[in-house]
Amino acid sequence: MSALLQADEASALLEAAIRGDLPDERGRFGPFGGRYVPETLVPAFERLEKGVHEHLHEPSFRAEFQRELHEWVGRPTALSYAPRLSESWGAEVWLKREDLAHTGAHKINNAIGQAILAKRLGAKRVIAETGAGQHGVASAAACARVGLPCTVYMGAVDMERQSPNVDRMRRLGAEVVAVESGDKTLRAAIDEALRTWVTDPEGIYYLLGSAVGAHPYPYLVRELQSVIGQEARQQMIDLAGGLPDVAFACVGGGSNAIGLFYPLLGDDIELIGVEAGGTGNGLGQNAATLATGTPGVLQGSYTIILQDQDGQVQETHSISAGLDYSGVGPEHALLQATGRVQYISATDDEALEALEELCASEGILTALETSHAFAAARDYAAQKPGSRILIGNSGRGDKDMPTLTKYPARTRSHAGA
Amino acid sequence: MQAHERIAAAIDAATQSGRPGLIPFITAGYPDPQRFVETLKSIASVGDVVELGIPFSDPMADGMTIQRSSFEALQKGVSLKWIFEQLDTVSGEIEAPLVMMSYLNPLLAFGYEALAERALAAGVCGFIVPDLPFEESEEIRTALEARGLGLIQLVTPATPTRRLQTLCDASRGFVYAVTITGITGGDAGLPEDLTDYLDKVAALSSLPVCAGFGIRSRDDVAAVGKHAAGAIVGSALVEVLERGEDPQPYLRSLIGQ
Repeated sequence: MSALLQADEASALLEAAIRGDLPDERGRFGPFGGRYVPETLVPAFERLEKGVHEHLHEPSFRAEFQRELHEWVGRPTALSYAPRLSESWGAEVWLKREDLAHTGAHKINNAIGQAILAKRLGAKRVIAETGAGQHGVASAAACARVGLPCTVYMGAVDMERQSPNVDRMRRLGAEVVAVESGDKTLRAAIDEALRTWVTDPEGIYYLLGSAVGAHPYPYLVRELQSVIGQEARQQMIDLAGGLPDVAFACVGGGSNAIGLFYPLLGDDIELIGVEAGGTGNGLGQNAATLATGTPGVLQGSYTIILQDQDGQVQETHSISAGLDYSGVGPEHALLQATGRVQYISATDDEALEALEELCASEGILTALETSHAFAAARDYAAQKPGSRILIGNSGRGDKDMPTLTKYPARTRSHAGA
Repeated sequence: MQAHERIAAAIDAATQSGRPGLIPFITAGYPDPQRFVETLKSIASVGDVVELGIPFSDPMADGMTIQRSSFEALQKGVSLKWIFEQLDTVSGEIEAPLVMMSYLNPLLAFGYEALAERALAAGVCGFIVPDLPFEESEEIRTALEARGLGLIQLVTPATPTRRLQTLCDASRGFVYAVTITGITGGDAGLPEDLTDYLDKVAALSSLPVCAGFGIRSRDDVAAVGKHAAGAIVGSALVEVLERGEDPQPYLRSLIGQ
């Protein structure tokens, strides 16, 4: 329990979250969230908020969104039992296969939902930021699908380590702009997208890719990603015969984690978010925001961030571009403060090891981001043998080949054993 | 006179002398922290009000010039605490009221009560916080106003009329009219419909209205000076300092001196 909330306040907020009453009308998840944006963007955020309320739960929007999820994204995605992993860990392991969604990750759920919304709101063009490139690819594809031009901002560092995704975005018709400012990763890309939005707040739709930023984005992204947890919950009942004891998801900004966790908040399931532990515990060596950060305002939201004592946001390190971010969605900050979700971290090495194990034992090349969740789940299984474990397999690892080629595959020799 | 009233008074004095008020902006400690005090004094001897930029790691409303100056100042160890210490050394020597421009997070980290107390002691009269819309501003506004410090509100060409009125009423010191829908440091020239917009803000405000973003030349200052009480010159001045030039002749040229 965080000192940020009194015990009675925390339980009241958790009940409100489970009831679906958060965020409140000011875009707050308890103390977290809000809207800290330049004045030029205030009318744009107000229009977006109004648009979200008018369209998101309106029947014709829902019908179009559901149809696209089914016919174009390929939902529902599978729930896979992992027999060899289960045997090796001494647990019952189930995987929610977002890696099987179109474009290879959960990002597409949000991208197609917001692209449909952008079209309905009369946007002339769409801009997006990307870290690992998965949201950029999803945005490029979704914009092509609805017929809107798309520009993706991507840090120069990320463009190098996720180069296959840069080519994919361009082939899908998007313009990719290299961001050379700031830390040249996801945070700088978001800053640059915001700077661009300010130049034409009426014509541009900003398709934000994670459950971060100013209200209504954390809410909008959660609503569009909750399909993950809704499907997984039903599939566990149908295929596994009951709900899991524990669910794991990796957390960068936190969109796949909130998508999986939100529909499970009211159930008796332990929920564990796994951040990037990088190479160590020092400031700048990891991206374990919730584990080591403090409250502050970053990119539109009051949340937990990695900062120094002067309030300067710190650079992060993670082997996975998608987790390499100094902030986290405000709803995760609340879920941590209420004690409902536990946030831990896994290091670069642990993630790599988990990636290899999953490749060898289940034939799934998972994303480096997702590998962090597997590393933590394995530790959990060692401590609580026999647990029924659900892991959000948020994306596939093809995009990580430029990084993975630097690490020789250690398990190859005994993969057939 | 409360600290924030000194800001309006300084701009009014320029108006009475028949010229637009001039508000130079510098990123504190850039390009050389050792010469900060000297640069500040030099600029304050020409400017009617001085805007001091507090460097921040994520300057999302700023263009390349101020991003670069912010980043380098941080690299050289500039912090809000250091800036206050420097200001203490020139206490009483600077006539022009000082206004701090800072993104919210460094102020939040400092603590609002401590900030207000420390700023007042260092001779600061007001704050501009570019990522803090009015709806989120109550807490810091209360702390500042309790000590007579002002929170200066920004308005933009995208601001609807009703909201303009709210922001003009809430502002202290002056109303900061952003000239363009964009970030700082633009060189595309000022928009053609600028005069109508500035006239509209001036009509709604009981405080002087000062225009900023994209103002680089004497012609720009003269153009906004016909419809606003003052002009804020930031990126163009930072570029002068970046080139190692004396800022005084540049600033004087802006107001025809």
